[in-house]
Formats: sequence, structure tokens, C-alpha cells
Amino acid sequence: MKLLSKALVIAWKDILSETRTREIITSVLVFAVLVIVIFHFAFDGSSQEMLELAPGMLWVTFAFAGVLSLNRSFIKEKEENCLEGLMVCPVSREAIYVGKMLGSLLFMLLVEAVVLPVFALLFNVSVISLPLIAITLLATVGFAAVGTLFSALAVNTRAREMVLPILFFPIVAPVIIGAVNASASILAGDPWSSMSAWFGIIAAFDVIFLVVSFLVFPFVIEE
Amino acid sequence: MKSKILIGAGALLMLAHLYAIFFYVPTDAETGVIQRIFYLHVPLAWIAFFAFFIVLVGSIMFLWKRDLKWDRLSSASAEIGFLFITLMLISGCIWAKPVWGVWWVWDARLTMSLVLWFIYAAYLLIRAYVSEDGQRARFSAIVGIIGFLDVPLVFLAVKLWKTQHTGLIVFEGGLVSEMMWTLIVGIVAYTVLYAILLIKRVAIKNCQNEVNILKNMVSGG
Repeated sequence: MKLLSKALVIAWKDILSETRTREIITSVLVFAVLVIVIFHFAFDGSSQEMLELAPGMLWVTFAFAGVLSLNRSFIKEKEENCLEGLMVCPVSREAIYVGKMLGSLLFMLLVEAVVLPVFALLFNVSVISLPLIAITLLATVGFAAVGTLFSALAVNTRAREMVLPILFFPIVAPVIIGAVNASASILAGDPWSSMSAWFGIIAAFDVIFLVVSFLVFPFVIEE
Repeated sequence: MKSKILIGAGALLMLAHLYAIFFYVPTDAETGVIQRIFYLHVPLAWIAFFAFFIVLVGSIMFLWKRDLKWDRLSSASAEIGFLFITLMLISGCIWAKPVWGVWWVWDARLTMSLVLWFIYAAYLLIRAYVSEDGQRARFSAIVGIIGFLDVPLVFLAVKLWKTQHTGLIVFEGGLVSEMMWTLIVGIVAYTVLYAILLIKRVAIKNCQNEVNILKNMVSGG
């Protein structure tokens, strides 16, 4: 598909720029691990209590780290008028959305891939299970879908990156609720039937907001 | 003329509603006098959600037609809706303390209402942070559409998570007929209030728009 190949080129541009500067991955990674440590200062309880709090702490970490990384996505474009450059390219606006979204998705997944084992280490929980990886993937797609749209919107306002959390967190509330509850079920070893509904809600969120953001994105970056 | 009729009708309905709340309707056996807040709280809730629906309609129409009048409608409805949802939350808390013993619980409906409050706040904040008319209209239209689509998902998620709110009394038939009528009068009265506020607010915005056009003409634009 032409749109996908153009989007992949845009995503590749972001990946290339990131491998050279490493600004998003390193800062977001350090931030995420710091948040986990601060949580430990905040909630130093018995190992049983920590196990109960673990899903919540994990997803708060991912949510805040996600916002940080999504912000960078379009701030970079705003500097040096890169966004205008992108718009002059023979790519549709939708392709820009898909490309930026895929790039952000990859960065967030990379950060999560490092943070999960660190989290497992610090909290003595086992996180390398397929359902947990699946829910992380689904939820991150949701974050990227809405976050890319709002990031493009936020950098064009006076308050710039400070607006993104205000827009982002209420909208991704279903994803956070779903991810936390599903993670809790997974860590507790519950059967699939008890958590399938959560996967369903997050999957529905992903589909709906990928489509809507895709359709609405051109309105954000038009001249 | 039309708005004068509307204001007159609204005033009458409000008076009738107040009479119904304080004199007509019997006191609830279980919760006592505090239950009467219900007749204020439910119309406020209805209008808060309906106003947000109007924001959705205005947002879609603006992105489609690009006529700023739709943006004026959306933003006016959002302002009024934000007021009503704030009052709804406050009235809910006032009711909750004597009845449930706590100011707030994190059940499905309350949490969804709180998230909607934040979405409204985000809509209004976005408008505050963008100076250019067209851009502001586009951005808030996007927030309006995404926000509205999100609300059912939030409700589903939170409902699956927990439920403590009293069941939808109206549909379960747990209401005496006086209570039902008071509620209906209340909903109609508050809808008329919303319509009056919306008409006046949009009129003010239209005036502001005309003043800006005239200013531009005078300054040689």
C-alpha cells in the first residue's frame, strides 16, 4: 500500500534521527526508572502490598513516560520548520499521521521493553508472560494513536507541551483502567475469561481512535 | 420576541419545578429530605451530557462546513455544559455525604462524570491557548469530537471495574408518580434554561464577531 510505504519512510526518518541523537529513548528511560524508584519511596510496604500496587505503579509510569515521549514527537518537527517540510512532501497528511504514530509507538515500546524487566527486578514480580506483553502492546497502541494526534495539536498552542497531559490523560482513561485491571489479573494468575473483557475494551479503543485520529489529523496540521 | 416567550415559559417552569420539589413531592422514606437534591441533580446531569452532544454536533458541522457560526455554537454550549457539570458534581457530593457517609466514591457513573468534567476543561483550555480564530475552532472541534467518542468507552471501562451508584431509578420503576412528574418538569425546565443561555451566549459571540469585522474594516483591513 502506497500510504503505508510512505508512512514507513516517515517513521524511518524519526528512527534514524533518534539513533543519532538518542534524546528520546535515554531521557524517557531514565525518567521511567526514576518514577519507579520514587514509587518505592512513596509506597514502601510489605511484598504482598507491593504486589497489589504493582500494576497501578507500572501503568502510571508508562503513562507519564509515554506523554514525555509523545511530546518530543512533534516538538522536534516544530523546531527548524520540519513540519512544513513534511507537508510540502508528496505524502498525504494521513501518511504523516501513520508515520509519526508508528515512530512514537516504537519508541514507547522500546522504553517499556527495558522498564518491564527493571520493574520485575525491583518489585520481585514476574512480568515476562505473553498476556502481559499483549496488554502492554495493545495499550501502547492506544496511547500512540491518540497521543500523536494531540501532540500535533498541542505544539501549535501557546502553552505547547504542557497542554498534552491535560488533553491526553482524560481521553486514555479507559486504556489505563483496562491495562491496570488486566495486569492485576495477569499477575494474580487469573484465567483468561476474567480478563478478556479488558482486552476487548482496549482493543475497541485502539480501533476507534486509530480510525478517528487518522481521519481528523489533516485538520490539525493544515495551514 | 421568541426569546421573550422562551424566557417567560422557562420562568414559569422553574417556579413550577420549585413548587413541586418543596411542596408537591412526598419525602423519600429511606433517605429523607436530602433526597430532594435528586430533582436538581438529575436535570443538571441531563443537560451536562446533552450540552456535550451539542458540542459534538457543532464540532462536526464546523469541520465539514468551515462556517465559524458552528464554532460559536460549540463553544457556547461547552461553557454552559461545563457550568452544569460542575454544579452536578457539587450537588452530587452534597447529596452523597449524608446518604453514603462519604463525599465521593469511585464508582462507574461518578468516575465517568469526573472524566467528562476534565474533557470539558481540556476543551475550554485549548480555546484559551490558541489565539487565531480558525485554528482555535479546528482544534476545539477535534477535542470535542474525540472527547465525545471517549465518554462511552470510559463508562464501559469504569462500569466493568466497579458499581456502587444507585441504579437508574427512573427505568427500574422505583419512583412514585409524583417523583416522576417532578423529575420530568425539572428536565423540561432545565432544558429551557439551557436553550435560553445558549441563545444569549451565541448572540453575544455573534456581536463580538461583528465588532471584530467592523474593527478590521475601520483599521483598513
